[in-house]
Amino acid sequence: MNYHIFREIADSWVLLAMFVFFVGAILFAFRPGSRTVHNEAASVLFRHEDAPAPDTNVDLEART
Amino acid sequence: MWDWIKIVVLGVVALAAAVAANFARDLAYQVHALIVMAVAAGLFIWSVRRAGEPKSAPETGYMDGVVRYGVIATTFWGLAGFLVGTFIAFQLAFPALNFEFLQGFGNFGRLRPLHTSAVIFAFGGNALIATSFYIVQRTSAARLWGGNLAWFVFWGYNLFIVLAATGYLMGATQSKEYAEPEWYVDLWLTIVWVAYLLVFLGTIIKRKEPHIYVANWFFLSFIVTIAMLHIVNNLVVPVSIFGSRSVQVMSGVQDAMTQWWYGHNAVGFFLTAGFLGMMYYFVPKQAERPVYSYKLSIIHFWALIFLYIWAGPHHLHYTALPDWASTLGMVFSIVLWMPSWGGMINGLMTLSGAWDKLRTDPIIRMMVISIGFYGMSTFEGPMMSIRAVNALSHYTDWTIGHVHSGALGWNGMITFGALYFLTPRLWGRASLYSLRMVSWHFWLATIGIVLYAASMWVTGIMEGLMWREVDANGFLVNSFADTVAAKFPMYVLRGTGGILYLTGALIMAYNLWMTAFSKRVPAAAAVAAAE
Repeated sequence: MNYHIFREIADSWVLLAMFVFFVGAILFAFRPGSRTVHNEAASVLFRHEDAPAPDTNVDLEART
Repeated sequence: MWDWIKIVVLGVVALAAAVAANFARDLAYQVHALIVMAVAAGLFIWSVRRAGEPKSAPETGYMDGVVRYGVIATTFWGLAGFLVGTFIAFQLAFPALNFEFLQGFGNFGRLRPLHTSAVIFAFGGNALIATSFYIVQRTSAARLWGGNLAWFVFWGYNLFIVLAATGYLMGATQSKEYAEPEWYVDLWLTIVWVAYLLVFLGTIIKRKEPHIYVANWFFLSFIVTIAMLHIVNNLVVPVSIFGSRSVQVMSGVQDAMTQWWYGHNAVGFFLTAGFLGMMYYFVPKQAERPVYSYKLSIIHFWALIFLYIWAGPHHLHYTALPDWASTLGMVFSIVLWMPSWGGMINGLMTLSGAWDKLRTDPIIRMMVISIGFYGMSTFEGPMMSIRAVNALSHYTDWTIGHVHSGALGWNGMITFGALYFLTPRLWGRASLYSLRMVSWHFWLATIGIVLYAASMWVTGIMEGLMWREVDANGFLVNSFADTVAAKFPMYVLRGTGGILYLTGALIMAYNLWMTAFSKRVPAAAAVAAAE
């Protein structure tokens, strides 16, 4: 492994992989049906101001 | 069992530090060994006294004690950093302030890294740790993971700051800008930072909400990237394990490139990504409406982290760095302008439909002006990275002005907004002690920044033009001392801006103190709460 091999990989396949990932991440944000998911996510900060969500597993164990 | 291991470890550390203090090769190392010894011995005694006591039941609510301490530490370090900054601004204007009796400890060269680290890492870092702990719990609907590990992160980080700051005064520095602390302080920060990552990631993993809110993405990218930058830029070989000196592994242009890869991404991920995490939580909360576009925030995130990492070489125009590398840095810096403004628009437009709050709520005003300064400095930065502009601006005070419009405007103001938001909630008060004081703080800080930035534009461009001015025969017209003399009035003006900013922060500290610890609620606030 020397500098030139690194350099070859970096400005061919790695460059392509990163670009594809980047474009893919943005396209994924615009996928059909993302609006409801995003609206749901954007409102998360108004839900649990004072206390964590109840731990459902603990509740189940307590009942049994 | 864990109690006993802890006691053994603390005892060994205290003993080893005492040995290290005895064999120390320089003053800074000796003082640091004594500080570590005192801390370890104190914790040792504390642990021994509490060993074997019955454990109280684990708490289930949000872990806010550590956030409260973080708010206090942020305010304290902010005041310290602003005070030192204002003092060194006047040291530049009036060199007599480099007092003879403080030579070697209190002169500009020693105080300058103290100022930069105090405001970036102590004020900014404590703000980031405190707000990220607050936000990740609320948006994950889960208590912090790891029990007392969060306390270790807080106290460990503040020990790092004390070691770094005292080290600078005694000359322990590896001379890398914003990465000055020496090898053993770097190692300590690495341990603390890994603990920070574990607490944050552990909380996200046990979240009760299906989605990871976008603020947490920004915080996580900040934590991970800072770990990577910190380790690579601090690859050194200590000269002795009993001394603070070390030798860099890389040298020459490789070292310069690594340093500015670190330096620029410290700006990009510490001062930008982390504080954007604050923006994406506190602005929607204070405006009481969700963020303008969640899609835009996702694009903002990916574009920012994919582009920022390449922008570092613009710090090294016209150096031994190959042209292609500095062109790459320049191009990415300019492309970076777009996601930055996307984020700014997203933050500002969150207020759409609630613009009237700007008139009535000084806290939202503070947040909005911080986003405004974010937009301004993310336009100014790409412009200054263009090689032709950089030829004029580099090595002049324009750079310092740019940094301060970003740091005082964006980082400072969003942090003040977050502190005003957090304090009443963390201490269970209906409202702040005084909203009028927030308004005073807002205007003092804003006028202070304007004085600072404007005087640095004038002196920076003047300096750049004077340095390149040649006469008909091709000789330089001005000596360096001519530019220093010409800058004097602007330096006084810059220091005045610093006094205004510091005064605003003092008013904030009083206001926060009275909110948190005073029994007395002023009439205006009581009326506002009753409405």
